[in-house]
Amino acid sequence: MYGYNGKILRVNLTDRSIKTEALDEAKARKYIGGRGLGTKMMMDEVDPSVDALSPANKLMIVTGPLTGTATPTGGRYMAVTKSPLTGTIASSNSGGYFGAELKFAGWDAIVFEGKASAPVYLNVVDDKVELLDAGKLWGKVLSETTDALEQAHGDKARILAIGPAGERLSLLAAIMNDRWRAAGRSGVGAVMGSKNLKAVVVKGSGKVAVADEAALKEAFAVCMKKIKDNGVTGTGLPTYGTAVLVNIINENGVFPTNNFQESVFDKAEEISGEALAEKYLKKKDPCFRCPIACGRYCEVDDIKGGGPEYETIWAFGGDCGVSSLKDVIKANYWCNEYGIDTISAGATLAAAMELYQKGLVKKTEFGDGPELKFGNADSIVEWTKRMGAGTGFGAKLAKGSYRLCESYGVPELSMTVKKQELPAYDPRGIMGHGVQYATSNRGGCHVRGYMISPEILGLPEKLDRLETAGKPGWVKIFQDFTASIDSVGLCLFTSFAMGADDYAALYNAVCGTKITGADFVTSGERIWNIEKQYNLAAGIGPDQDTLPPRLLEEPVPAGPSKGRVHPLSQMLPEYYSLRGWDAKGIPTKGKLSELGL
Amino acid sequence: MTIEARLFATLREGRGKVLKVELGDGATVADLAGRLSIDRKDVAILLVGGRDARLDRPLSDGEIVSIFPPVGGG
Repeated sequence: MYGYNGKILRVNLTDRSIKTEALDEAKARKYIGGRGLGTKMMMDEVDPSVDALSPANKLMIVTGPLTGTATPTGGRYMAVTKSPLTGTIASSNSGGYFGAELKFAGWDAIVFEGKASAPVYLNVVDDKVELLDAGKLWGKVLSETTDALEQAHGDKARILAIGPAGERLSLLAAIMNDRWRAAGRSGVGAVMGSKNLKAVVVKGSGKVAVADEAALKEAFAVCMKKIKDNGVTGTGLPTYGTAVLVNIINENGVFPTNNFQESVFDKAEEISGEALAEKYLKKKDPCFRCPIACGRYCEVDDIKGGGPEYETIWAFGGDCGVSSLKDVIKANYWCNEYGIDTISAGATLAAAMELYQKGLVKKTEFGDGPELKFGNADSIVEWTKRMGAGTGFGAKLAKGSYRLCESYGVPELSMTVKKQELPAYDPRGIMGHGVQYATSNRGGCHVRGYMISPEILGLPEKLDRLETAGKPGWVKIFQDFTASIDSVGLCLFTSFAMGADDYAALYNAVCGTKITGADFVTSGERIWNIEKQYNLAAGIGPDQDTLPPRLLEEPVPAGPSKGRVHPLSQMLPEYYSLRGWDAKGIPTKGKLSELGL
Repeated sequence: MTIEARLFATLREGRGKVLKVELGDGATVADLAGRLSIDRKDVAILLVGGRDARLDRPLSDGEIVSIFPPVGGG
């Protein structure tokens, strides 16, 4: 096979067996790779009703056919498993260099099964694979873990690991790679921790076989030109990273502030991408073969490392009412060290702040820690550490905002969809994005269909953010298209500049196939539907395709979105209809049959 | 009339962040951009009072105009 290595590594942690399996070619063609292939393998192998933190769940690290190839941003992998946070299928994407290295070592995916009796890590050097003792690494933060593994295996090794948050089964735990890249969302790090698996070390000496080098060179040149000529991928993201969104989103009046109680943050300028670039940015930190290089590397006081991204700045900044960029950078640093998802971490602190504001959490619960009060910059750093270590009130925070608010009898104060924290855009002022939030197959998420692109940024064309007409159709196309990009092994940011035909051209050149752009998007629709089937079988029904009550009922108090709520119930029927699902939001037999499911 | 112009990212270079600009009655956003020597191709996101606007939109005293060059992605 071209593009794919044709090999899957299956590691049973219970009996320590390590097996090589042939990749099912038909399955790979139908589900592409990454998110799609991983979900299909989960469907075939793991009962959706399983306890996500039990040995019966599996953790799959899955690359795409373009991962490790000479394509723009071709270095992505997906962590696919059942989420302990949402109970849905989880697939968390990450860049850096680990994914490409796994392909160079000759593997398309690693499937982890069972649970080790004591902490272990997997060492992969091409086809030589062994489980090693991780007793001395357990409890270590990411920098210590990575340093120790580099010392043992050389600094050319690419390392994926969890931090103490994953070990302690925090539902917000991420899987980290290359020190500060994160497969961040849905608690995938807790699944890894539940298996007593601390890390995966990979060194590869091979290369990915390409069907038509000349065609790849040509398609690569076309895509590179589009990326360079596009204002967002060619200039905006390289210059300011994602943080430049702070002012854009705030000026539009959709920057959630103080746990979504408001939608404009009057101190946004202090935490903006412009401020970050001026004060703390040291260099760019690009992923494998990335011409965009949106990654940032910052230094503040004795802290240095990757990030922070826009979503992180919002979560610890505006959502917590904090205007100290320095402390946001520190909170981001500790998330990376403990291995925690920055969006869910910041949003959970914001929920705790509202519980305290309303008198539901008492000051005594903070012990000797700082008050979790909107605007208190010290608190976001200290409580991020305690969340990661699971100490005191931090143990409650480590379960995420839904379970935190529920424990005080007010789950409605949790700004979550399917128990996963919403990211940095208030859907009361962005109609399509609200539908996308509500229907996302992994709960509250912005990158399952980034409607901000047309509704705010004007790409590929400008839509009025407050208009509802036509939006469900846009959401469906964005969701399907994104599912394919997530499966092929490229970064979603390429889609600001590239269209479906461009992805098909790269895929065909690498794999020796003849798919069209429309085929590429249809594969995404198939993936979306199989994810939905998994969720339905897991007991996550259409009743959870909703938004927090605040966003449906409480009008935005001030700013450019003043007076707005999200009219979800008016938009969902059209969305379901366009999906070919029944009025209740269940895929019909006809649609599933059409997609070969 | 006085308009508040808020500039972002690279548009701040040589101009500043927030500017109070005096314009004659009937002036449009394009007139404001011209006064600030901002090339039309550098106007990617344009908001008046936080709502999408076009360059030919007439302005009223006290309005806030936010202008972004091509940037973004989260």
